[in-house]
Amino acid sequence: MSVIDATVLPGPEAPIDKGGPNQPLLIVKDLKKHFPVRGGILGRNKVMVQAVDGVSFSVRKGETLGIVGESGCGKSTTARLIVGLIEKDAGEIIYDGEGLGDVLSLRDLRRGVQMVFQDSYASLNPRLTIEDSIAFGASVQGLSDPLGRAHSLMARVGLDPARFAQRYPHEISGGQRQRINIARALAMSPRLVVLDEAVSALDKSVEAQVLNLLADLRAELGLTYIFISHDLNVVRYISDRVLVMYLGEVVEVAPVDAIWARQAHPYSGSLFSAMPSMDPDTRTKKPPLTGDPPNPINPPSGCRFHTRCRYAEAVCKTRVPALQPIAAAPDHLAACHLHDLSSGHEKAGKEGLL
Amino acid sequence: MKESLVDIQNLDVRFTGARTVHAINDLTLNLGQGETLALLGESGSGKSVTLKTLLRLLPPKRTEIGGKIQVNGTDVLTLSGKALQQYRGAEVSMVFQEPALALDPVYSVGAQIAEAVRRHKGISRDEAMSTALDMLRRVRIPSPERRLRNFPHELSGGMLQRVMIALALACRPRLLLADEPTTALDATVQIQILLLLRELQREFGMGVIFVTHDIGVAVEVSERIAVMYAGQIVEEGTTQEVIKDPRHPYTRGLMAANLHGVARGERLNAIPGAPPSLETRPAACSFAPRCPLAEDACRATLPPVHVPSPRRRIACIHANAPVSAE
Ligand SMILES: Nc1ncnc2c1ncn2[C@@H]1O[C@H](COP(=O)(O)OP(=O)(O)OP(=O)(O)O)[C@@H](O)[C@H]1O
Ligand SMILES: Nc1ncnc2c1ncn2[C@@H]1O[C@H](COP(=O)(O)OP(=O)(O)OP(=O)(O)O)[C@@H](O)[C@H]1O
Ligand code: SF4
Ligand SMILES: [Mg+2]
Ligand SMILES: [Mg+2]
Repeated sequence: MSVIDATVLPGPEAPIDKGGPNQPLLIVKDLKKHFPVRGGILGRNKVMVQAVDGVSFSVRKGETLGIVGESGCGKSTTARLIVGLIEKDAGEIIYDGEGLGDVLSLRDLRRGVQMVFQDSYASLNPRLTIEDSIAFGASVQGLSDPLGRAHSLMARVGLDPARFAQRYPHEISGGQRQRINIARALAMSPRLVVLDEAVSALDKSVEAQVLNLLADLRAELGLTYIFISHDLNVVRYISDRVLVMYLGEVVEVAPVDAIWARQAHPYSGSLFSAMPSMDPDTRTKKPPLTGDPPNPINPPSGCRFHTRCRYAEAVCKTRVPALQPIAAAPDHLAACHLHDLSSGHEKAGKEGLL
Repeated sequence: MKESLVDIQNLDVRFTGARTVHAINDLTLNLGQGETLALLGESGSGKSVTLKTLLRLLPPKRTEIGGKIQVNGTDVLTLSGKALQQYRGAEVSMVFQEPALALDPVYSVGAQIAEAVRRHKGISRDEAMSTALDMLRRVRIPSPERRLRNFPHELSGGMLQRVMIALALACRPRLLLADEPTTALDATVQIQILLLLRELQREFGMGVIFVTHDIGVAVEVSERIAVMYAGQIVEEGTTQEVIKDPRHPYTRGLMAANLHGVARGERLNAIPGAPPSLETRPAACSFAPRCPLAEDACRATLPPVHVPSPRRRIACIHANAPVSAE
């Protein structure tokens, strides 16, 4: 299916590349977000969920960073912080060299960074026609010709404006709605698009259509993606680098082929071997990870994974492992004492463990 | 085949009302005692409706059902009253995608399992509670004595799904229906639940129909696969046969659209278009508008069903076409 036609994005501006090609489009430093929730037996105490607790990474211009990790590990919270939907408690967000809060306003950030959610239905206003939904954000941002913009974007995501512009969200299929959400995000001419489980609710056949579309748009508009998904096959297909989170922290970051070949963090190892087998003759025999994730209100000391890790030793309970390059590769980072020769972990540096 | 457990013959399900939907069209399906079957198919293809019909959960006023269903010798479509109640839960039970919807938020999970057992087995409260405890143990919930008294909101998604399974199996049904029970879970929890179901199935010797649209999940749980499209079964066989030698163009498309092993950046072979609306009963191959092999004959009449071996079938005139080299 060919969804790209000759239409060009209307309105102002190829975005100005302020920081130059080598300046990462996004740098996140020690980002924190703790949510107050009611705790204690009677629910009277205020306690904090450490949803995101010291997350740092960067995203290069034009690359796709995949984010994976157990449910509740803080992927969506990280995404919402980056697009400015919720306020950070601490840390820095630097967009194309400009820090949010000092040089960069929230409004500018929101214009450069857009988000597409999982639930294609809930994120569209049921009372707005599709063209109005797409045009809305653009007109709020004061971009020129919002309706014309909406129509050419619809054509670009493969939906004929003549047939679909006047329809309401309930009058189109899930896959079509997700294209509308993508068109709506693109209406602001963003440079970074954060896709949070954006294809998870789609059928496999429709998922493939939307992934092809995302690849086309990236090539054509020079977009940068952050792609969050539970589906490791999808992440592998679309990402240049992969970031693994566990309980509010980053435990591993690596180029996609490197982490596929070898997971440096024991949690990543379990996650990757939890993928269902595609071969009836080699079905999975034992679950790679047992038990539930620990409570993010009161996370384990030291390495947060030590309660479920088969390599855990005394040092893992007391010392927090730093996220640092593993010996074999400078662009492969992991936060585990096994990779730190000075950690005092008995098996540190031993080959062939992971 | 082993002794028959489920025998669905020429099933039609049509929803009437503001909009007519021909959800199931001439569906025939057999399952032997103790067999596990995955129903694979895209959204709207009728997987859930098939399960709900088996459990007689559809609204009678707005549903027209034709055909025959036998489960363990019982004529399901004529059941009513007490017999229907006994059939649900004791003979057949179901696990849903959203455990939160199936569990009552105001009762402890132990009380809910015990109540289900008491209703069907007529045993004392204490006996029922100890059955509940035994079930929580079997689904490998840690510290089951404590969890018995927990309310649904106090449990994680994976644990709730285990409770759901404990509830469904408490009365030792002959047939378990599972409607995408792991779709909402993340990968590490999903594989735990799939392997648990596999073990319990063997332990209890029950038959399982497992609905999913994820091929990997189907491979992990089932010995047989039936592929649905537009309310019909378009292909059926053992898991090996269907995965290693898919014959229907829709099944082949599904396998090709699957990302497993596709190189990064390579274009995906997406199946173009969308499934039909089912406002009218299909009179030709429903997949023809999206099919790369479609011919005039496909658009003119219902395709013939090829039966290359006793329990293998493909509803397509091209069932024997060589797999295109791509
Ligand atoms: N508004 C909120 N108030 C309180 N707690 C919250 C809030 N939002 C998120 N949390 C908690 O923060 C933690 C991280 O949640 P988040 O949604 O970021 O996880 P996730 O990785 O996106 O999970 P999933 O894969 O299930 O989408 C969880 O424990 C969650 O319950
Ligand atoms: N109660 C109902 N009234 C009217 N139409 C219905 C009803 N239940 C289901 N349908 C329709 O019947 C068709 C089959 O639905 P079904 O829920 O079985 O699909 P499914 O294969 O389970 O899809 P999914 O993967 O999305 O769950 C759909 O077109 C659906 O809209
Ligand atoms: S630091 Fe210790 S507990 Fe943590 S992942 Fe490494 S070996 Fe396991
Ligand atoms: Mg999330
Ligand atoms: Mg369904």
